[in-house]
Amino acid sequence: MNGYNGKILRVNLREKTVKVEDINTHDAERFIGGRGLGSKILLDEIDPKVDALSPDNKLIVITGPLTGAPVPTGGRYMVVTKSPLSGTVASSNSGGYWGAEFKATGYDAIIIEDKSEKPVYINIEDDKVEIRDGEHLWGKLVSETTKALKTAHGEKAKVLTIGPAGEKLSNIAAIINDEDRAAGRSGVGAVMGSKNLKAIVVKGSKKTNVYDEEKLKEVVSKLNKQIKEDGVTGTGLPAYGTAILVNIINENGVFPTHNFQTSQFDKAEEISGETLANDHLIKRTACYRCPIGCGRYVRIHDSEGGGPEYETIWAFGSNCGISDIKAIIDANFWCNEYGLDTISTGATLAAAMELREKGYIKEEDLAGPDLKFGNTEAIIYWTQKMGSREGFGHKLGMGSYRLCESYGAPELSMSVKKLEIPAYDPRAIQGQGVQYATSNRGGCHVRGYLISPEILGSPVKLDRFALEGKAQWAKTFQDLTAAIDSLGLCLFSSFAFSADDYAELYNAVTGSQHTGESLIGAGERIYNLERVFNLKAGIDGSYDTLPKRLLEEEIAEGPSKGNVTKLSVLLPEYYELRGWVDGAPTEEKLESLGL
Amino acid sequence: MDIKVKLFAYLREGRDKVVLLDMNEGDTIKKAVKILNIDPKEISILLINGRDANIDSILVQGDTVSIFPPVGGG
Ligand code: SF4
Repeated sequence: MNGYNGKILRVNLREKTVKVEDINTHDAERFIGGRGLGSKILLDEIDPKVDALSPDNKLIVITGPLTGAPVPTGGRYMVVTKSPLSGTVASSNSGGYWGAEFKATGYDAIIIEDKSEKPVYINIEDDKVEIRDGEHLWGKLVSETTKALKTAHGEKAKVLTIGPAGEKLSNIAAIINDEDRAAGRSGVGAVMGSKNLKAIVVKGSKKTNVYDEEKLKEVVSKLNKQIKEDGVTGTGLPAYGTAILVNIINENGVFPTHNFQTSQFDKAEEISGETLANDHLIKRTACYRCPIGCGRYVRIHDSEGGGPEYETIWAFGSNCGISDIKAIIDANFWCNEYGLDTISTGATLAAAMELREKGYIKEEDLAGPDLKFGNTEAIIYWTQKMGSREGFGHKLGMGSYRLCESYGAPELSMSVKKLEIPAYDPRAIQGQGVQYATSNRGGCHVRGYLISPEILGSPVKLDRFALEGKAQWAKTFQDLTAAIDSLGLCLFSSFAFSADDYAELYNAVTGSQHTGESLIGAGERIYNLERVFNLKAGIDGSYDTLPKRLLEEEIAEGPSKGNVTKLSVLLPEYYELRGWVDGAPTEEKLESLGL
Repeated sequence: MDIKVKLFAYLREGRDKVVLLDMNEGDTIKKAVKILNIDPKEISILLINGRDANIDSILVQGDTVSIFPPVGGG
């Protein structure tokens, strides 16, 4: 099978059995792979109502047909499961090298079932698959675990692991691979922890079969040229990483500050991409076969490691009132070590700071540095405690929604479907607002990155305050993104690639006959499938909303002053375009998509 | 009239981050860009006081212009 290995591993951790199954080719055609095929398997195999941290939930780690293929940015894998944070379908993807290495073992996906009695890890070396004792790794930080497993299985082995946060079932725990790449969002690390599975180690020697090598070479060389010539992928991202966004988002007055109480940060320059590049950058890093190389390798004091992304800088920076870039770098290091999602961690701390400011959290509740906006010591200390879930850190580790709810103030959690909204104030970016509200996994920017047209002018520049056409943009971006996530490519490629480019790559690798349009159609099928999962899990259209603050409190000052997200206008239009009633696809819609 | 220009990313190379210009009534961003010796092809996003602008936008006393080369992320 071109593009696919055609084989799926099924590992039952209670029975300690490993089975090899054939991939369902009909489903692979309709749902592509990665996010799409993973969601199909999840919906087929679990009751969406299960407790996400019970043995009945399954953890699916899955690649796409382009993962591991000789294509630019083809290193992505996806973790698909039910989220303990939002109760929705969770699909978190990550780059680095693990995904391509896993594909090289000869499997497309691994379905992990039930729960081991004791901590274990899985080791896969081509056809050899073993479930091994992991007790000696339990409690270890990500770097320690990675090192121990590389010592045991060789330097070439790639390690995916959880940190203490996942072991201790934090709703905002991530899965980390290659030490600093994260399948970050939706608490997927806690699902892995609930199964007593510490890590998956992979080492493979197989190549992904390609349908038309000659054609692929031609397409890849055209696309590499596009990446090089595009200002964002050719110059901006390589030079500054995603952190370059700090200043531009702040200049537009949509840089959420103090838990979205204001939308501009007077010290943005101190935490900007320019400052990061000038003062701390050692080198840039790249994922598997990526000519862009947006990764940052940075130094502070005596430590070196993966540097913060834009959203991480925002979460711990302006959102917590912090202007010390070194502290943000440090907090990012600790998130990687404990296996925490940086966005949800920073955003939960910001929510806690507002709870403290408003008198809900008392100083005596803390027994640690005061959770006040601007307290650098607090973000480092409490990030570690969230990771180890000690003291008040246990409560923080539940995520912002449950934290705020426990004080009777859920409206102070800046989240959608309990997943924390990142880094862009949707009150003055209308398309992003409807995208956040309708995203199947909750408050997430990479389910449809409307920032691209609304702020950055790619592929065209839209008026960010306008409503017209925004519902359609949100839908199209969501559908195209679902397809990209299913192919196994990095979303950043979309700054340089069109839908037709993706279709060309997909066709050359697998022999399929897609056009850009039909690929977006497959994305729409995937999007609706996820929606069906959510509806069966009890997450209906009433969850397609934003925090009250973003709907009712106007931005108080700056260039975006006076705005709220006009969801009451955008949402009905969005539903109409989707063929949904009250957030649910109609029978006809499902039928037309073959669902 | 006094115009403040803020430069970002690599537009800062060989220039200051913030430049104060004394310009004439009716001048556009194009003029400011010329004074600063920036190739318009390098510009991707222009803002006046945080709101979208273009190279022909006319400036008024006290405006702040922000100039960005192509940048992105997510
Ligand atoms: S653009 Fe960045 S995140 Fe995407 S594959 Fe390349 S290095 Fe990785």
